[in-house]
Amino acid sequence: MAGRESPSIDATDRRIIVATQGGLPLTPQPYHAIAQDLGIEPGEVMERLRRMLEAGIIRRIGVVPNHYAIGYRANGMSVWDVPDARVDELGQKIGALESVTHCYRRPRHLPHWPYNLFAMVHGRDRAEVEAKVAEIAALLGDAGRGHEILYSTRILKKTGMRLAQ
Amino acid sequence: MDDLDRAIVNRLQGSFPVSGRPFAEAAMQLGTDEDELISRIRRLLDSGVLTRFGPLYNADRMGGAFSLAAMSVGPADFERVAATVNALPEVAHNYEREHALNMWFVLATDTPEGIERAIARIEAETGYPVFNMPKLREYFVELKLEV
Repeated sequence: MAGRESPSIDATDRRIIVATQGGLPLTPQPYHAIAQDLGIEPGEVMERLRRMLEAGIIRRIGVVPNHYAIGYRANGMSVWDVPDARVDELGQKIGALESVTHCYRRPRHLPHWPYNLFAMVHGRDRAEVEAKVAEIAALLGDAGRGHEILYSTRILKKTGMRLAQ
Repeated sequence: MDDLDRAIVNRLQGSFPVSGRPFAEAAMQLGTDEDELISRIRRLLDSGVLTRFGPLYNADRMGGAFSLAAMSVGPADFERVAATVNALPEVAHNYEREHALNMWFVLATDTPEGIERAIARIEAETGYPVFNMPKLREYFVELKLEV
């Protein structure tokens, strides 16, 4: 993967990541609070965060809702077996659907696991997820050689990424 | 949840400012004030509507890596295996799913080798094989969940 040869974060970035990966302080000046804890200037903390945003090291800064708590009780991971030669073309189309929140190409594990395209679909109930999956099936046509929906039944852990201290 | 709570969930998923008074800035956009926004976010976190508030880091842009992995765990063993898997700091999320492969977890590590190490450790500690399914491509991911 790009950038692996030269790590794109330094020791100071890393300290900022460790200090913020669990969340931002709920105080009027959260970046100042972090700066004070780390003994860094607030301006530098903010500059480094902006740089990490630009570089994609930070995907976004904001609230992370619990799907279940906001009414998306059915969480279906739809998995598809599509021809390798067409997976990128089809993945772009599926990923662009309003109803698909994440779409990835992943390796098959034959013979146990024939699926190479994953599309996350959330709905208020399973009927809504199934309607959205039918939309994907229609879009794939003959290229969708097989699929399943794996519903989540329990969140066992959801802490997000944690760098070691 | 009232209209302001919904606005916070819908409109503050990705655009929290990096500035001296970010809550004040965001509050203005949402038609409220700094104190109110801070106390709303705290309440939404406490009540479990939000799981987190802050930067969402992307491990594979830091010279590290992410992967999705799955296991097929017998029902009698499920809680033990879940506890073992969850105990690893490299495990960011873990979901139970209805399938023969019934445990699905995301690994995030700060080096690419960390994924293989974590998987080897999980296999050794649980006695179950792990199917590693790292993403090969990501297609058009954005935030679309609304309340």
